[in-house]
Amino acid sequence: MSTISTDTHQHAGPHDADHGHHHPPAGFKRWFYTTNHKDIGTLYLLFALTMFFIGGLMAMVIRAELFQPGLQLVQPDFFNQMTTVHGLIMVFGAVMPAFTGLANWLIPMMIGAPDMALPRMNNWSFWILPFAFAILLMSLFMEGGGPGFGWTFYAPLSTKYSGDSTALFVFSVHIMGISSIMGAINVIVTIFNLRAPGMTWMKMPLFVWTWLITAFLLIAVMPVLAGTVTMVLTDKYFGTSFFDAAGGGDPVLFQHIFWFFGHPEVYIMILPAFGIVSSIVPTFSRKPLFGYASMVYATSSIALLSFLVWAHHMFTTGMPVFAELFFMYCTMLIAVPTGVKVFNWVATMWRGALTFEVPMMFAIAFIVLFTIGGFSGLMLAITPADFQYHDTYFVVAHFHYVLVTGAIFSIIAAAYYWLPKWTGHMYDETLGQWHFWCSLISVNLLFFPMHFVGLAGMPRRIPDYALQFADFNALISIGGFAFGLSQLLFLWVIVKCINGGKPATNQVWEGAEGLEWQLTSPPPYHSFTTPPDVK
Amino acid sequence: MANTMYHRCSLLALLCVDSAIAAEMPLNMTRGVTEISQKVYDLHMTIFYICCAIGLVVFGAMFWSILHHRKAKGVQPAQFHESTKVELLWTAIPVVILVLMAIPATRTLIAMEDTSKSEVTVLVTGSQWKWHYKYLEYPVEYYSLLATPAKQIQNKLRKNENYLLEVDRPLVIPTGKKVRFLMTSDDVIHSWWVPAFAVKKDANPGFINEAWTQVDQPGTYRGQCAELCGKDHGFMPIVVVAKTPEDFDSWIRVEGERLAKLKAAEQELLSMQMSMTDAMAMGEKVYQGYCAACHQPTGTGLPGVFPALKGSKMATETGRKSDHIQIVLNGKAGTAMQAFGKQLSLQEIAAVITYERNAWDNNTGDLVQAADIQAAKNGQKE
Repeated sequence: MSTISTDTHQHAGPHDADHGHHHPPAGFKRWFYTTNHKDIGTLYLLFALTMFFIGGLMAMVIRAELFQPGLQLVQPDFFNQMTTVHGLIMVFGAVMPAFTGLANWLIPMMIGAPDMALPRMNNWSFWILPFAFAILLMSLFMEGGGPGFGWTFYAPLSTKYSGDSTALFVFSVHIMGISSIMGAINVIVTIFNLRAPGMTWMKMPLFVWTWLITAFLLIAVMPVLAGTVTMVLTDKYFGTSFFDAAGGGDPVLFQHIFWFFGHPEVYIMILPAFGIVSSIVPTFSRKPLFGYASMVYATSSIALLSFLVWAHHMFTTGMPVFAELFFMYCTMLIAVPTGVKVFNWVATMWRGALTFEVPMMFAIAFIVLFTIGGFSGLMLAITPADFQYHDTYFVVAHFHYVLVTGAIFSIIAAAYYWLPKWTGHMYDETLGQWHFWCSLISVNLLFFPMHFVGLAGMPRRIPDYALQFADFNALISIGGFAFGLSQLLFLWVIVKCINGGKPATNQVWEGAEGLEWQLTSPPPYHSFTTPPDVK
Repeated sequence: MANTMYHRCSLLALLCVDSAIAAEMPLNMTRGVTEISQKVYDLHMTIFYICCAIGLVVFGAMFWSILHHRKAKGVQPAQFHESTKVELLWTAIPVVILVLMAIPATRTLIAMEDTSKSEVTVLVTGSQWKWHYKYLEYPVEYYSLLATPAKQIQNKLRKNENYLLEVDRPLVIPTGKKVRFLMTSDDVIHSWWVPAFAVKKDANPGFINEAWTQVDQPGTYRGQCAELCGKDHGFMPIVVVAKTPEDFDSWIRVEGERLAKLKAAEQELLSMQMSMTDAMAMGEKVYQGYCAACHQPTGTGLPGVFPALKGSKMATETGRKSDHIQIVLNGKAGTAMQAFGKQLSLQEIAAVITYERNAWDNNTGDLVQAADIQAAKNGQKE
């Protein structure tokens, strides 16, 4: 790539002098008023990490209750609240903000821009999030408890049969949605307008491409989610009957609308992960990414197809057979572009010169384990078989493979990969390797047996189960506790790396390519005040 | 053979699993007992083996690369980075595999959705948290409730072999006949699932779904509600007993006569008076079966979700006795309180109301008789 000057001091014009950008205000004001993409990125990432641990604690409650048959720790009502809030926190509080944090940090640096295009909106889109989750978490302490209808909040369980915490749930989801939409608008405007000269569409790093497509998905579907929760609210409190047959509505309509949001949402949580892995694998293979163009096309096809498959979540709702066939075929079709991506990653590694630092380990684990999640996804697409898998632990195994060993592993890989760039220090490689191996073993102990439990017939979202499932559930719980504890190692590595460590070079990794590696480590407060030349 | 291979692989993957508990879990989807469930099983295994084969090739190439193409071995990285030919190839091959897979899947699906030419039809109604079965061709209908005692769930008693998978009255179907199920719900969405039949269909309130099965083996088959339906979603199992047509016919005749007799007896009972002791004994049994899930065994309810009965005005003030009867008979619109008028007999309703008005220090001394309930019902009709 091009050689560029990254020393912004020397180019400081009058405009820069006004802002005194190397000396942001200190303390609370710095973080609360900040419009800087790196500060906001950091806030997003730390927020996501906090939510990851809170949602994780709820998972620990779930696994502790399921450790043995019978009711020991919690009552079914509270158990349902745990599964519901665990899901909401992990999806909207951990995975999505983490990706937005990465986008904030990396997109300006990757396209040669000084900052995000809409910095004040950026501040706003982050700072409403803590309120959204405070509202959601507080609802757990209401009389009658928090939402207990599952993160999918199917009507009429969430309307006629829910407690008053539903109002808080709806309000907090609205705020999360507004935050996501603003974040997405910012990403799109930044990528369209602030690319350095010469950074043509087909030269953009894949992380930027996948996030651009993700942002369009967000803008398309978050309003649908907002509409869904609003209909739930009016059905519950204002006498409408969108989802009530007695008033001319239809409870299945809820599922159609919800999954029209929900399926693209699944890809919102995985496309940026594809971008991350496409950055890491070439670096540690010391070889350019195989099939760059086909990766872009595959990502776009996945995004388009994601609008045509929503009802594969609803095969048992009693759709006409023609609709079942249509959604089965479309869903199977998604395996093709997804396969292309996996093949491209393997081809990138093929005949490279591989090294296995922690980001690469997590990226390799991502490829293998995400593919396993993809396989079970393909199995779930086969409608007749889905009648047996649907709403069992097989589905729980499937979506945790794509979300934990998929999305979360990619986020962890990204953290290890870019931490030296962000902090200017190398992380502790030994601790990182410990974190990787502990996570890898425990996560499989946690989620792999779920496939068998599901096939043997254990439904999901139950606080107690038949005796035949006892051994496997104990095993799964042990895996769960171990995976939870392993993440404390991650916390340790991050804290240690922020506080010090071997200084990182600008390029950090031998094989790293891209504009962000040409900036200093840590990079200047305003990434590129003069646009770099991109050859 | 394929099956043992699968078992071996799964066992290997799990290294070793403690199997101290008597009930052993199968590691794979059941083949079930119907032609359809066998086909579903075959589809499941086919797609599973296809995934294994693809996984073997892809992960094989990857691990080959990890072993041989490492910098530590001093290899120089190649620089190739695109090939339209290869991309087309690995787009086309999966498409072909998927088309081959879609053909049997489509056939099976169409067969599964064909509910025509059935010989017996059962209306299955889900409600929080029990199933109701009504035979459309016979004068037989009843509720089917979880039979596992609460003490086993609370770990105060040893758990039975069929813990959480046992009911008081199972659904009975004839073997060798196509049985059609019509599914609906009284409240939230439930899902009726019996793995051995490969039947899982949502019960949607206000709508009717169809499913069917034909079981050739007499036997007992167990399943569970598969759609989150609130607090006791984990406690509404399904048990189906398949009997030979002869046994089925005699069972349904006896059952029909029994229900008819009960109805007749109920009318006679109107003139009879229950003693307080009898009413309390029967009332407690009904309460634990139908009311305790929400209002709790001790009548305290769940604050903010289900109102308490203990010390409540409804259950203690003499003036509100008729309101109490009305709410049990007709439920309360917009809440989870169901109408029990059709679910329970007059005597049972009288007993349970008596129980609620006298248990947990509610000591009103009110004794409600079946005739009072009948009067309340008649009052509505006028």
